[in-house]
This record gives sequence, C-alpha cells and structure tokens, in this order.
Amino acid sequence: MIVFLNTLSQFRSRFLCVLLIVFSAFGALAQAAENQETDSHANADHKEFKPSEVILHHVLDDHIWHFWDGHYGTLYLPVIVYSSEKGFDVFSSRNFYNDHHEVVPYNGYKLDHNHIYLADSGKAVFDLSITKNVAMLFINAALLLFIFLGVAKAYRQNTGKAPKGIQSFIEPIILFVRDEVVKPNIGHHYEKYMPYLLTLFFFILFGNILGLLPGAANLTGNIAVTMTLAVITFIITNVNGNKSYWSHIFWTPGVPLPLRIVILPVEIVGIFTKPISLMIRLFVAITAGHIVILSLISLTFIFGSIYVGVASSVVVLFINLIEILVAAIQAYVFTLFTALYIGMSTAEDHH
Amino acid sequence: MFLALLLQEMSLAIMGAGIGAGLVAIGAGLGIGKIGASAMEGMARQPEASGKIQGAMLIIAALIEVAALFGLVICLLIALA
Repeated sequence: MIVFLNTLSQFRSRFLCVLLIVFSAFGALAQAAENQETDSHANADHKEFKPSEVILHHVLDDHIWHFWDGHYGTLYLPVIVYSSEKGFDVFSSRNFYNDHHEVVPYNGYKLDHNHIYLADSGKAVFDLSITKNVAMLFINAALLLFIFLGVAKAYRQNTGKAPKGIQSFIEPIILFVRDEVVKPNIGHHYEKYMPYLLTLFFFILFGNILGLLPGAANLTGNIAVTMTLAVITFIITNVNGNKSYWSHIFWTPGVPLPLRIVILPVEIVGIFTKPISLMIRLFVAITAGHIVILSLISLTFIFGSIYVGVASSVVVLFINLIEILVAAIQAYVFTLFTALYIGMSTAEDHH
Repeated sequence: MFLALLLQEMSLAIMGAGIGAGLVAIGAGLGIGKIGASAMEGMARQPEASGKIQGAMLIIAALIEVAALFGLVICLLIALA
C-alpha cells in the first residue's frame, strides 16, 4: 500500500479519491433523478406520489427493466413460461403493456402484481422468465468470470514473479479469506472448501456492490438468491458431516438419557436454522439498506421542497457510503459463518 | 359502523408498526452502544490491540444491525400492506 502511494504521485491518488466521491454522489443523485421522472409522470396522470409503491417497486423483482421514462428507457425482458394447459411459451414482456403503459393480458396470460397467471382460470404458471434479477445474476456471473479468469491467467504467466495489475488487487483479498476466514475455522483439509468459499465471498461482494449502482437490480436482496446460497451451504455441511457431528446431533454425549430425548428435536431444528439464519441475514441487510436509501430520497418528493432535496441528497450520499461498508461486511459474515458451519461439521472429535 | 371499526383496526395496526419501528431502533442503539463501550475500554487498556478490536467491533455491529433491520422490515410490511 505504501509502495502504491509512492509510485503514484500524490496528485493522482487524491484525484482518484475525488473521483470515487463524485461517482458516489452521481449514484445518489441519479437515483433521485430517476424518482423525479416517475414523479413527473405521475403528476401528468394526476396521481399523488405514493412512496410505498415507489420503494417496493424498486426493491422487488420485475419482468421489465426500467431505466428512465421515455421511449427507449425500458428494457423489456423475455418471458418464458410453462404450463400444462398451454405448454412452453416464450415472448417479450412488451406484449403485456399497451401504449398507455397499462398492463393488459396477452395470449391467455395475465400479469398480476408481477406474477404471471393464466388469463381464464387464474392458475399460476411455471415462470422461468429472464426477470430483472436473473439478468443481474448473469451480469454478476460475467463480471466474476471476467475478473477471475484474468487473475488465473496472470498467475499462470507470472509464476515466481511479483503480481501485477488486477492480480495485485485481488490477491490480498483472497489471502485474507484464506488466512482469516477459512484456515482458522476449518483447520486442515481446508483446500477442499476454498473454491466454494471464495466463490461465495466474491459473488456476494460483487452482487451487493452492483445492487448499489443507479438503475441496478437488487440481486442479493432477493430471498430466492440468498435461499439458493443457504441451500448449497446446507448441502455441503451435511454431506461432509463426519461421525462425530451426527452423533452430537442425534445422541448427544455426556447428558443423561431423558435430556437426550428432549435435546433431539432441538438439535434437528438446529440443523435447519443455521442456513435459514444465513439466508435471512443477507436478505434483510441488503433489502433494508435499499429501503432506507429509497425512503430518504422519497422524502424530497413527499415534502416537495428544494431544501429538503439538498439535505436528503447529502444524507443519502453518506448512507450510500455506509451501504458499501455493509456490502463488504455482509459478504465477510456470510463466508465466515459458512466456514464456521463447515468446520463444526468436519471437526475431529477432541474428547 | 363496521367500516369505522375496520378503519380503527387498520390504524391500530399501523400505530403498532410505528411503535415497533421505534423499539427496534432503541434495541439496535443499546446493543451497538454496549459493543462500542467495551471496544473503547479494551482499546484504552491495550492500544496495541486496537486494530483487532476495531475489526471485531465492526462485524458484531453489523450482526446486531441485521437483527434490528429485520424488525424494521416487518414493521414496514405491516405499515405498507
């Protein structure tokens, strides 16, 4: 780090700090501008500004990706549905909206609160569409592959030499995850779990930070995404559980027999509450952060005053910086608890 | 009259959500305050360990904050739906 500051001149490092702050301010103000577009559109329809609708619309998943009001501002993502009555259907979600941006049924399907149902019977269909969060997931995966294939190539080319470029940025983070999170908690045989834990850490980190950019989708704040990560952790901990782990659950040693019968259901529930707590912790931290930022921006439109607007933009800028810290901390906490659970399930018996 | 009773139940629910959100903030403040107090004391006793104490304090504060935000999200869902 000191070498880094000496090789760049002082002016360039200060310029980069200012650039970072300007981009964060741009992010906050761009979100405010996006809300202002919605507000002017609503005024054109003589509807009042309902903050609850705006906030929930920005936090939940959607079949379209709305960037700005205007002809080219909305990305209509494809809808892929399967039902036993009508079979497989693929079409653009543009068909669900008419020229006045109202929701209309199409081809026997209707869109109700962003869920697709059959138009006549009202039954739910098997929805495999590329929604906003799925598209965000693909972007996150592409970013991860792009960065880490580059890092892997750099390691192959630079064997024995000092790291350069993107490798020198990612290497301290990988070493931090290995030495502070994985090795102390799993002990020996930790190399077996390193790929999964590194992928988990960087997926959550990039997903959290991408969700804070203006116009982005709330990827890790979607409970289905965090549920998938928690289920994978659950599968890994329980498939790799050794004899001492299972014997501690079903036949707790060192306690009298009546107490063992009482402890048994508690331990069985405990197998499931650990991944559920992982899922809920990440989902709540990210979604609540987004709701706080959106509520503060909506304050401007509730009061309709420019002074409130200026004050709320400054506060939103500050909270955006806190949210970046929360993004990193939540990635670290998820990976730490996963490593802890894997370590607990593969621990040698110390008695 | 039935409508008036229904409206009163709705407003009671929203008032409950508001009181709940305030209690959640008190809970988070108390928890993080205790962590901060013991972190300050530890750093005062042993300034060499202040880096580690600061790191642990930030992580525990994030965990407490998640519990608080969980309550906040429930209150928001009650108030908005």
